[in-house]
Amino acid sequence: MGKLNVKENDIVVPGEVLAEGMDYLPSQGTYRLEDNVRAGMLGMVRIEGKVIKLMQLNGRYVPRRYDTIVCPVIDVLMSGWRVNTNSAYEAVLPIRDASSRFIPKGADLTKFFALGDYLVCKISNVTSQKLVDVSMNGPGLQKLEGGRIFEVNPHKVPRIIGKEGSMISMIKYATGCRIVVGQNGLVWINGEPDKEVIAYDAIRRIEREATLPGLTDRIKTDLEKKLKIKIESAQQFHEPQQQESQAQRDDSNKDSHPEEGGSEEEQY
Amino acid sequence: MSQTFRINEAQKKHLLDSLKKGVRFDGRKLDQHREVSIEYSISKSAEGSARVRIGETEVIAGVKLSIDKPYADSPDEGSLMVDAQLLPLSSPEFELGPPSIEAIELARVVDRGIREAKAIDTKKLCVKEGEKVWIVSIDICTINNAGNLFDASALAAIAALKDARFPEYDGVSIDYKKHSDKKLPLTKIPVAVTVFKAGSTLFIDPSLYEEQVIDARLTVTMMQNGELCALQKGEAKPLSIEEINQMIDLGISKAKELTKHIQK
Amino acid sequence: MTATKTHTLKRADLKKSSTEGLIPMTYDKRMDGRKRFEEMRPISAKVGIIPRAHGSAMFQIGKTIAYAAVYGPRELHPKFMQNPKTGILRCNYSMMPFSGSGERVRPGSNRRAKEISMVTENALAPVLDLTEFPNAVVDVFIELPQTDAGSRCAGICAASMALADAGIPMKGLVAAVSAGRVDDKIVIDLDYNEEAYEHGPVADIPIAMLQHTNEISLLQMDGEISKEQLKQALETAKKSMAQIFEVQTAALKEKYNVKAR
Repeated sequence: MGKLNVKENDIVVPGEVLAEGMDYLPSQGTYRLEDNVRAGMLGMVRIEGKVIKLMQLNGRYVPRRYDTIVCPVIDVLMSGWRVNTNSAYEAVLPIRDASSRFIPKGADLTKFFALGDYLVCKISNVTSQKLVDVSMNGPGLQKLEGGRIFEVNPHKVPRIIGKEGSMISMIKYATGCRIVVGQNGLVWINGEPDKEVIAYDAIRRIEREATLPGLTDRIKTDLEKKLKIKIESAQQFHEPQQQESQAQRDDSNKDSHPEEGGSEEEQY
Repeated sequence: MSQTFRINEAQKKHLLDSLKKGVRFDGRKLDQHREVSIEYSISKSAEGSARVRIGETEVIAGVKLSIDKPYADSPDEGSLMVDAQLLPLSSPEFELGPPSIEAIELARVVDRGIREAKAIDTKKLCVKEGEKVWIVSIDICTINNAGNLFDASALAAIAALKDARFPEYDGVSIDYKKHSDKKLPLTKIPVAVTVFKAGSTLFIDPSLYEEQVIDARLTVTMMQNGELCALQKGEAKPLSIEEINQMIDLGISKAKELTKHIQK
Repeated sequence: MTATKTHTLKRADLKKSSTEGLIPMTYDKRMDGRKRFEEMRPISAKVGIIPRAHGSAMFQIGKTIAYAAVYGPRELHPKFMQNPKTGILRCNYSMMPFSGSGERVRPGSNRRAKEISMVTENALAPVLDLTEFPNAVVDVFIELPQTDAGSRCAGICAASMALADAGIPMKGLVAAVSAGRVDDKIVIDLDYNEEAYEHGPVADIPIAMLQHTNEISLLQMDGEISKEQLKQALETAKKSMAQIFEVQTAALKEKYNVKAR
């Protein structure tokens, strides 16, 4: 016996009773109090069989293993660099993980990455005390030159990237800009100034309307109008996933939005 | 969103190149303000108050009036005081504690604009010469910092003054619960516009990101008759006389636009 | 509301007192015109009013307006305050210099504000689960541009929404309102004039309640009150709490139910 008070995609507030009775099970973002399953944060309902969980809608980024993030260097150490992850925790990039090339002991590390450089890194480890290690060994991981950085809601990143990268690829194709979207909410754009504005506006719009259906088409129409081009179809931008981290990552990101994908593939 | 991420040299160059082409990150023109709005009487506890929004930047100013002895060198004049708080509420970069130098500069620049314009006829603030005068206290509180706090604060201060009414005073004590219909003796409406220089480009109303590439700024405060009543140059790089003239011209033309918002 | 024995006067007594020029000892009508003694002033709320913050909200009750902004979880300084087992909550309550009912109040911390900051923290902490954020802090800043009593309660109501907006793990919302007594009546949500009532005893009792368990997380009292009146006041406050939770819930959901432009 059990009574479900909510349906998929409902927005609920902390403490709200989502289900009554012992039939339903709490999971991510939900908890059991006496006989009820209640919301343990502000979020969007996801129901998988008898399991009720919540997808987070707002709040700071929390570092997770295998995430690809954009981060500025904030300190140069003896053994590597310290970077700002846009969370409550800084991360360390050890020398050995900084490059596929050999870096000799005693080398001037600022010749590789200096204070203020923006890097695309992968989180290699997060301890229980939230000590975070990052690595730049891997495809697509590198220093970002020039361009501009802005911040988006990290919980909208899957939507901005799109299913198998389709959304962000469409924007890159249409505007000709190089774009990197970090899981931590930092976005880097580099292109012609007026095209950058169009890409920026598109990304901000996805952020605002992330939970609404039909978004891909609206963005496509908008880009076509502003750039006076024709985009064949959004589907042409699907790109095969290169990282196996999809399987390793928390499921909650994959099955989130109606149209969105969970690929954290960065392309630029 | 939250922290301002520090721009590095290559990114600064990228932004300056874009500004040189007249393109700003949010698509605005170099001389274009974000949307400006002014709301009056937003705090019934204050004798006068206003909320100014420029884009997402939001500032509140409140006016409180009190009676005190005048200064010895101006026994028949009331006085004016401006204080500003960069509230931690409004930005992750502002901390609790005594006013930072940024808050102090902000308050003093706004103060200068109002004081030097003689916007308030301080002689009309006299109640009893040598004994009792009205003290006008303006407090500026930032609510959301999305860039250009100077202009938003100056506008909020003058709007709050415009909104202000004297409380009931029977000669002995002030009844703050009762506002009279009598407004402050406001003779002029000084309006401030800060013009910024980055590389070789002049522009107004910077976003937080743009504020990071500023070489210098000039706050131009203008009265309705087109005359200037205050100037403040800020930041470390120097300006040529020609640049200053250009900035003043731009400041004056934008101040005229902002004044229209106040007149509404 | 029923008055206690000690303070009930029959109609006849009242009339007699009036003729003899004595002050009547009952609070018959609320000074601001509210019809019922257990009625709050009008309440309203809005979420997401400060875009720079990680979470934010406004709560208004009568003429008292509170803004709350949440920054966090973020790095905590000074380091000695860090707790390796959990993040900590840090609240700061402050009134804007022009928000009081009298003269200007010099900005900066004062003892009253510090105490309110602390009880606000204690009111909100029980619903939060910050174990996922060791060594970090969740900062809540409460500022009031306009007040007419009930400011610490309004601050807690705003802060509760702001924390939810910031995606902080929370077991439930927190509501707060002042209950109390004015003369012979149990009242809810005393305004400034009621707090300052001179014709009889007054008690002002700010209360905060957790939505999911109905437990009390803030309880303070100023004034005179009997044990029975206090119990009555706490019971009566519950209904108001429910109304506040409704408004908070609606404000939170409204922010996230977006329409396409």
